[in-house]
Amino acid sequence: ARIVFLLPQHFHFNLMPVFLFVLQTPKKKITRELVQTVLARKPKMCSFLEWRDLKIVYKRYASLYFCCAIEDQDNELITLEIIHRYVELLDKYFGSVCELDIIFNFEKAYFILDEFLLGGEVQETSKKNVLKAIEQADLLQEEVSVISHSYTVSEITLKHAR
Amino acid sequence: KSKEAEIKRINKELANIRSKFKGDKALDGYSKKKYVCKLLFIFLLGHDIDFGHMEAVNLLSSNRYTEKQIGYLFISVLVNSNSELIRLINNAIKNDLASRNPTFMGLALHCIANVGSREMAEAFAGEIPKILVAGDTMDSAKQSAALCLLRLYRTSPHLVPTGDWASRVVHLLNDQHLGVVTAATSLITTLAQKNPEEFKTSVSLAVSRLSRIVTSASTDLQDYTYYFVPAPWLSVKLLRLLQCYPPPGEEIRPAVRGRLTECLETILNKAQEPPKSKKVQHSNAKNAVLFEAISLIIHHDSEPNLLVRACNQLGQFLQHRETNLRYLALESMCALASSEFSHEAVKTHIETVIAALKTERDVSVRQRAVDLLYAMCDRSNAQQIVAEMLSYLETADYSIREEIVLKVAILAEKYAVDYTWYVDTILNLIRIAGDYVSEEVWYRVIQIVINRDDVQGYAAKTVFESLQAPACHENLVKVGGYILGEFGNLIAGDPRSSPLVQFNLLHSKFHLCSVPTRALLLSTYIKFVNLFPEVKPTIQDVLRSDSQLRNADAELQQRAVEYLRLSTVASTDILATVLEEMPPFPERESSILAKLKKKKGPGTVMGLEEGKRERGPDINGGPEPAPASATSTPSPSADLLGLGAVPPAPAGPPPSSGGLLVDVFSDSPSAVAPLAPGSEDNFARQGPCLPPTPDPGPVSIPCSEQNLGPPVQCKVTLPWFVCKNNGVLFENQLLQIGLKSEFRQNLGRMFIFYGNKTSTQFLNFTPTLICSDDLQTHLSLQTKPVDPTVDGGAQVQQVVNIECVSDFTEAPVLNIQFRYGGTFQNVSVKLPITLNKFFQPTEMASQDFFQRWKQLSSPQQEVQNIFKAKHPMDTEITKAKIIGFGSALLEEVDPNPANFVGAGIIHTRTTQIGCLLRLEPNLQAQMYRLTLRTSKETVSQRLCALLSEQF
Repeated sequence: ARIVFLLPQHFHFNLMPVFLFVLQTPKKKITRELVQTVLARKPKMCSFLEWRDLKIVYKRYASLYFCCAIEDQDNELITLEIIHRYVELLDKYFGSVCELDIIFNFEKAYFILDEFLLGGEVQETSKKNVLKAIEQADLLQEEVSVISHSYTVSEITLKHAR
Repeated sequence: KSKEAEIKRINKELANIRSKFKGDKALDGYSKKKYVCKLLFIFLLGHDIDFGHMEAVNLLSSNRYTEKQIGYLFISVLVNSNSELIRLINNAIKNDLASRNPTFMGLALHCIANVGSREMAEAFAGEIPKILVAGDTMDSAKQSAALCLLRLYRTSPHLVPTGDWASRVVHLLNDQHLGVVTAATSLITTLAQKNPEEFKTSVSLAVSRLSRIVTSASTDLQDYTYYFVPAPWLSVKLLRLLQCYPPPGEEIRPAVRGRLTECLETILNKAQEPPKSKKVQHSNAKNAVLFEAISLIIHHDSEPNLLVRACNQLGQFLQHRETNLRYLALESMCALASSEFSHEAVKTHIETVIAALKTERDVSVRQRAVDLLYAMCDRSNAQQIVAEMLSYLETADYSIREEIVLKVAILAEKYAVDYTWYVDTILNLIRIAGDYVSEEVWYRVIQIVINRDDVQGYAAKTVFESLQAPACHENLVKVGGYILGEFGNLIAGDPRSSPLVQFNLLHSKFHLCSVPTRALLLSTYIKFVNLFPEVKPTIQDVLRSDSQLRNADAELQQRAVEYLRLSTVASTDILATVLEEMPPFPERESSILAKLKKKKGPGTVMGLEEGKRERGPDINGGPEPAPASATSTPSPSADLLGLGAVPPAPAGPPPSSGGLLVDVFSDSPSAVAPLAPGSEDNFARQGPCLPPTPDPGPVSIPCSEQNLGPPVQCKVTLPWFVCKNNGVLFENQLLQIGLKSEFRQNLGRMFIFYGNKTSTQFLNFTPTLICSDDLQTHLSLQTKPVDPTVDGGAQVQQVVNIECVSDFTEAPVLNIQFRYGGTFQNVSVKLPITLNKFFQPTEMASQDFFQRWKQLSSPQQEVQNIFKAKHPMDTEITKAKIIGFGSALLEEVDPNPANFVGAGIIHTRTTQIGCLLRLEPNLQAQMYRLTLRTSKETVSQRLCALLSEQF
């Protein structure tokens, strides 16, 4: 299974806000079209493509494609590095992140993203500051509920992590 | 494993959760969170979720952080703005914002920023600016608040009025915390686009912030340094902010301007330094800043030096091994090509860009290369670029073919010096990519052929030859049918293309064509009947055949019937009138250009056009890009049809309205009268069937003078005539003044032609030559008065004899007074009699030149001027201008072949003044240095001033 994160800078179309997972065949036509476009790219091609009235910036990490949709005026290279910094943050938090980390802890992936990007704009680029904020929240979590992740949804996800 | 199994499993889970939510037993917070989280996950797998919102909203009011957090996440991802829950959600957010608990506040702000609905804007637009500028707000909350406000402003700008907080937000650019600065910069950039005035103080703050960043050592900014690049995100954002404003004024804020230029130079310098790391992240971050800096340089478009440096830097990227950089360099260069300062510098990369077109493996990169070629095209390289685009078209991806076709068609027309080349290019286009040639393109070629009689014979011959191909595209049949119908007679003398051969050739394609094309061919046939009486029987036979007269298509049938009838009944005179050659089309914006604009969005194409226009008219001419037959002359016979006033309407084949035809047939003149009112209506109904109803779009006459309202105009056209002796001096709606002049030594004669463009007489027409007292002592002018009445449409001529007594600076003024339809008209123009007209060229060898140059070395004798190029720095044009100026152009005299030197003698009644000149172009800086040495100071000064205006 492949995952596409979308981080639209401005939400022109009715995509789900912030980002979404797309496993296999996404339902919405618009996301399906985008996923097909991106997956059709060959290695060595350039990481930017025009799509509708947006530019898509994408980067592949192992089996994961990370995509951002940006507007014409936005800077492509810095967007590539937004993706990379986010991957670094996940990596640091999970300790060498893999696809399953993100799937089983998708809420963490969201929280990290919210600290880093907000409403499609960069909020905090310092790795230390982002992770500090997440760790603080985690501490809070420990205090209040000692129970661990027994609720994980793993029983329904394993099948899709192909 | 399978899709069905997955759906089954999920449905089971959903049913389970639903029953838990509906169950009698109230769920505790933990279970609620667990199920809400499961629902979210299922949603992210791509399944619809239509319940659970209420439970999520309940979680918002939990005091447990994790439960609140999941509640907010669910809302952020799944809530839609028209949900009735929004009131409940807003309530919970309000409580959390007021809670003074920073983590709760953070969650609430994140939720607003992520959802950003209108209802949220209504509820929080007042509150968030307060949080943003309050002194005791934590840094992280400030960051979130800034981006929240930005989000709300984007969704509902009218709900977020800028208030007194604006100036305090601007000062966040000075904040110590770079994260706060980053978020604030995003906010200010968006706000400043709409309210530049309110945020203009941000410019100097942004410049000083940027300056501190780019000059800092890579370790200074600690965790904000990314792979040895100091704060790349913030740098990019600051540079973006500066693009909301014009360059800081040189006079008002020289310090800011200087500091910004320094920053930009530093960024450009850093690009040349060896990389501090081999990691792609390092180079990406560094180049992200560089590209944004280049965008700013292009946006300012005011520093030739920076523009050329930017161009050179991008030139290096064109050959970089990273595809991303090649792509971005091509894209960025497109913008540089339309700046007058860097256009020439961009052109030097033409070979690399052409190579990219051939070798790039990624279509999106090739597309950028096509765009760039289009942007860098001008008269000097048009032939090469068009040829390359045509050859690329043969293998181009289908997705971009139509666009390339449009681009080729536009360039071919715009830069056609030789219209045979234009015709060849368009026919090639149809041959290579006929399916992608839109109607606009073939309409346009026909308009141009009709408007230019020098190309008509060639066009007829070429389409005839192209039609010989066994399989040719239907668009070619259309163009061929139309052109042969109009101009087939021009090639009919050759037995290989006799009328019958032409007809048979066209008719052999008839059955393979669609209905609209067949309709067009029928019109061609009836035109043939007029052009070639000898094929009339053959054509009548064809028209009479059942497949025409009883065609199932009403339009074809009607045409066949009417044309057959017309050919039988009408006399040759009437035929000749009805089937008259098409009158020229009025000039207007090319419909192809309009189409490309529509396709690409106005930005790109407009930019190109404006950029090109700034460079102004090309003094030494060559044909202007657009065919200049602005003064269209409706053929006299068109008036017979009452169409004289409406030249665009085709007076050619009769419209397919039965009633109208009857009118035409009745020979009596009285019947002609009612024709006119109806005719427009009939033409409007022709639709696509008749020969190209000239393209849609507003009629605009390019020659703007013609549309000038008040006819009293004083125009300074002097620079135009400095290097030219003939041309139109003045034109408005009423009057055109043309000039023709010749000079020999200190004498000259000028013919002034006054043309009355109206149909009414000019009365009391009195042109007067006015010389100031001072000028009279230097220049003697003699002329005779002209006839005081100028009939409508007539032209009168006046001869002026000129003698140069001694050197002079001023120009005489020509004042014309006359009465037109009861109003008094007064026009004043400067007469282009300039000192250089009395130049006689002198050839001399290098040695002599330098000897004389040295002789004229006293400071009064030399005048030098350094100035910016106003026109493209084209060597050939420059040479032509120097010769037009009157001096000899001395080749191989200057050791630097790029320089121009000239020599000549100014003749006056009393003396002869030797003049030497040297012009040194600096392509890099787009500047010239012009030096003149003559034996007389005033002459040096005057000539230098005159010639400087020319480049």
